[in-house]
Amino acid sequence: MSVTMSMPQAAERLPRLVGRSGLLLASLLIIGLVVGISVGIGDMPIPLSTTYAVITNKLGWTSFELNRIHATIIWDYRLSRALFAALCGAGLALAGAIMQSILRNPLAEPYVLGISAGASTGAVLIVILGLGAGAVSLSSGAFIGAFAAFLFVALLSNGARGGADRTILAGVAASQLFNAVTSYIVTTAGNAQQARDVMFWLLGSFGGVRWPEFYLALAVVGLGLVACLCYARVLDAFAFGDEAAASLGVNVAQTRIILFALTAVITATIVSMVGTIGFVGLVVPHAARFVVGPRHAVLLPACAIVGAIFMVLADIASRVLIPQQSLPIGVVTALVGVPFFSVILYRLQRAS
Amino acid sequence: MSIKAENLIWKIGTKTVIDGVSFEAEPGKLLGVLGPNGSGKTSLLRLLARLKRPHAGRVVLGGQDLATFRRRAIAKRVAFIEQHATTNANLKVIDVVKLGRFPHRSMLSGWTREDDTAVNEALARTGMSVKRDDAWHSLSGGEKQRTHVARALAQSPQELILDEPTNHLDVQHQINLLRLVSSLPMTSIMALHDLNHAAMYCDRLLVMQEGRIVATGTPEEVLTQRLLRDVFLVDAHVETSPHHARPHIQFAR
Repeated sequence: MSVTMSMPQAAERLPRLVGRSGLLLASLLIIGLVVGISVGIGDMPIPLSTTYAVITNKLGWTSFELNRIHATIIWDYRLSRALFAALCGAGLALAGAIMQSILRNPLAEPYVLGISAGASTGAVLIVILGLGAGAVSLSSGAFIGAFAAFLFVALLSNGARGGADRTILAGVAASQLFNAVTSYIVTTAGNAQQARDVMFWLLGSFGGVRWPEFYLALAVVGLGLVACLCYARVLDAFAFGDEAAASLGVNVAQTRIILFALTAVITATIVSMVGTIGFVGLVVPHAARFVVGPRHAVLLPACAIVGAIFMVLADIASRVLIPQQSLPIGVVTALVGVPFFSVILYRLQRAS
Repeated sequence: MSIKAENLIWKIGTKTVIDGVSFEAEPGKLLGVLGPNGSGKTSLLRLLARLKRPHAGRVVLGGQDLATFRRRAIAKRVAFIEQHATTNANLKVIDVVKLGRFPHRSMLSGWTREDDTAVNEALARTGMSVKRDDAWHSLSGGEKQRTHVARALAQSPQELILDEPTNHLDVQHQINLLRLVSSLPMTSIMALHDLNHAAMYCDRLLVMQEGRIVATGTPEEVLTQRLLRDVFLVDAHVETSPHHARPHIQFAR
């Protein structure tokens, strides 16, 4: 806050600041609660109180007597998974909000840049063709593929000196190309089992997530959020398009590249670890905008929070909808997301 | 010293859109840019606001080559209003006007009293104060355009560039907007289609044809029967209006 701010303004700001901090705290509590619930659900149900006791024990705050199997399951398997789900939702929603603002297209989402298609190509190159001779993991392959697709789109759309529409078209072209390559490899070189593995991975699963993945995602999504928040005002300036932004003093080309690269890193990181999880990046920003309005300084944190909660809930749903079996998370986000999205669309229509 | 163009050339591919344009805007006056469709009016305005870079020649702003300015420095001085920029974001009038303060604020600075004053004055000047909390989508075309002018004024510019701001407005809103723009104290450059409006509200006129300037001067000097025939390809009679003493054009049937 600036020192030149006048007193009456400061007086107006204080309650707003308190209100916002309260909201933030409440949101974090809700995330904590849903993460706790998520941790308790599984083949071995664990009560919420045990979950929190394990966490406080591990943090060294308490020393309850606890079942060691419970402690291991919670700490080593389920907690990392639930927290990762929260980060994943936050990251995808954030990336979606950025894409929608900068491309000024309500349908834009992280995968518009062909990132998921690139990731899948990278993955099949490793899994089926055995590229990298075991030295490169599936995740790294997917990350490289995702980034290759992003560079392809960046070159194609900037080479054409394009605006927002060109970027979207370039993204569609990239998606088609990389999906075709993936299908080609799967049909010509893969066996049925490999095809099934790739398919399952593509639809998304938090199954393989442990602490190392969580820390990496925490760093990427955390830094991504901070970086995007620095651009909040610049994103506001894009409201009336590229030219209006430029005439307000925004370096449009540079901003685009930086923000695209940020979304690409966030998305590629997530996709490479858990596969493609659609719809979160599309739906959550709309929901958040509907509640908190279009100002990015508020919208971006709201997207991260709503995205986190939504994804943890989706992860819970993926494990309880069908007994003894877990659905791919991408299936759940779409099944839950579409009706929810329809409600928003309907209400938006009535509001306007 | 205001804004000046020196031998500007700008091309799309091999087609020369702006072909050696030089002129200087008089400080504090309203300069109207006229010309048929495709004569290069919009391109010229974009070059002046540095939304495009000239292939040759330069724009001089306050005695300094525009190419040496940073984007933000240009935006602090020159405000640009597009033909009909709109948004699908659910913004309020006040949010749009506040965008005008963007070039004056650094990444982390808060909202200052100076920002507040600029925004309030811009709203008052454009008559949008009462609508400050209205949603952008609820505004009429005229109100949207006034909001754009308010946003531009909030930039506290010394030069204001407007690209056919009265397009798609009804007569009442056209006149209101032109009155507003001609009453502003800064140097303004405005592209216009309606020749009578140009004659009534502009201090000086500049006529473009195929990327070149073919006439400059006061409305009386520029708007002649011959120019209307040669440049706009219409037959018309030009008289001095008994009501406002400016040239009045009556087109032949």
